[in-house]
Amino acid sequence: MSEIAAPSGFTLRQYLICLSGVVWREGLRFLHQRERFVSALVRPLVWLFIFAAGFRQVLGVSIIPPYETYVLYEVYIAPGLMAMIQLFNGMQSSLSMVYDREMGNMRTLLVSPFPRWFLLGSKLLAGVAVSILQVYAFLLIAYFWEIEPPSKWGYVTVLPALALSGLMLGALGMLLSSLIKQLENFAGVMNFVIFPMFFASSALYPLWRVKESSPWLYYVCEVNPFTHAVELIRFAFYEKVAWTSLAIVFAYTSAFLVAAILAYDPARGMLMRRGG
Amino acid sequence: MTPALTIKEVSHSYGPRKALDDVSFSVPPGSFTVLLGLNGAGKSTLFSLITRLYAARHGEIEIFGHNIMREPGAALRRLGVVFQARTLDLELSVMQNLVYHAALHGIGPIEARRLAHAALARAGLADRAKDKARALSGGQMRRVEIARALLHEPRLLLLDEATVGLDIKARADLLALVRELVQEKRLGVLWATHLIDEIADDDQVVILHQGRVLATDRAQAIIVEQAAANIGDAFTHITGAAQEKLSA
Repeated sequence: MSEIAAPSGFTLRQYLICLSGVVWREGLRFLHQRERFVSALVRPLVWLFIFAAGFRQVLGVSIIPPYETYVLYEVYIAPGLMAMIQLFNGMQSSLSMVYDREMGNMRTLLVSPFPRWFLLGSKLLAGVAVSILQVYAFLLIAYFWEIEPPSKWGYVTVLPALALSGLMLGALGMLLSSLIKQLENFAGVMNFVIFPMFFASSALYPLWRVKESSPWLYYVCEVNPFTHAVELIRFAFYEKVAWTSLAIVFAYTSAFLVAAILAYDPARGMLMRRGG
Repeated sequence: MTPALTIKEVSHSYGPRKALDDVSFSVPPGSFTVLLGLNGAGKSTLFSLITRLYAARHGEIEIFGHNIMREPGAALRRLGVVFQARTLDLELSVMQNLVYHAALHGIGPIEARRLAHAALARAGLADRAKDKARALSGGQMRRVEIARALLHEPRLLLLDEATVGLDIKARADLLALVRELVQEKRLGVLWATHLIDEIADDDQVVILHQGRVLATDRAQAIIVEQAAANIGDAFTHITGAAQEKLSA
């Protein structure tokens, strides 16, 4: 009966074991799903090699921070495509949570004795780690397309920006997964979340251009968290800090995370109201 | 002796629909307790509340004296669960599934592998550790799920309709395995089922019908009390009477 007398709390080492176990499992799943990795890379590369090449002459980009000279359109959209990888990964991760919940796998996570906020946070960090790997794989290919930061340090300075934007988009995905009852409903959410977030942002065109054609759309873009994730990454890639975007991404991350944790809380969450 | 599981006046509803109504019973350590009810009786809802998937709107649930809402960590670390739906990750190997589960209980990979080998040997699947979970039969998957549920050495094991979809031999083997575990490890087991033939005369039986507990006793005692030929007949008497009362 030693278990009955077992201590209730966990040590820091046990928390780390749990976290690394969740990250390890997510990594294994990612490695086993090669098509997921390929499609995660193909998507931004299509935008880079085809869309950007086609629109290079049409969509001129003036000198705007962080750029100090004229840049090619491919260079301009690269940070947006990095954020796009993370956006799709965040949604893919939430899709897998809906799938796991329907198939029951999610229950094995949620009946762990570790605090639920920690379990969800671990799952979130695992998704972010995978998304960062995808972004660096994209940057490796983009390097041969002459898309690179001003110095090699840009590859380092962009990492915290990717981590924060990945957390924000992953937390949003997690929140969405708690609101979706069935897998079939997810396709609609993808259309209503991914595409509006991506297109109503500075990923493909500078916001001053949007403002010229539609002021109200400009304001929509301004409050879109994805815009600020893109700008955070853009500046960080150029070894600079977009302070306003940093603050906004941080605020959105906190809000999405708290909402997701509350949504998965057994006493308050959406799961309870819907009966699983 | 502290019960392995205590359910006290638990009620739960989804919107206006009442799924559980004032449910109370307990599972002693080292006992095999059958939660018997038809589909829709509230068994899975009760399991979701015991495992803290969501919270009971009314009542208390304790695992070895630890309240599931106030001390979830202490309660859940003493609990092993086999859900009705298959919960193995089919993309991973059997061993990887077990090591992942161990990590969710704070057990490191080296210790996890040692425990996993022992648990798989106990489940008769020692040679399948490296196989992908999707390569297993339904019965083997269930055995792996039981091995996984026992990996962190819980004192209470919940199994929700664990034999659904299995053939006769796999069902019998699984049931025998769990009964052996009760004897050998002094586990408290709550076995939810709608299959009468899984109940032995000595088993503690809780009859759950339309969210309410209609009887709690040894199977043999319920049969005698209902003057029935077997537990199946007794169940029919009890639920039929309850239905008539409800209709009246």
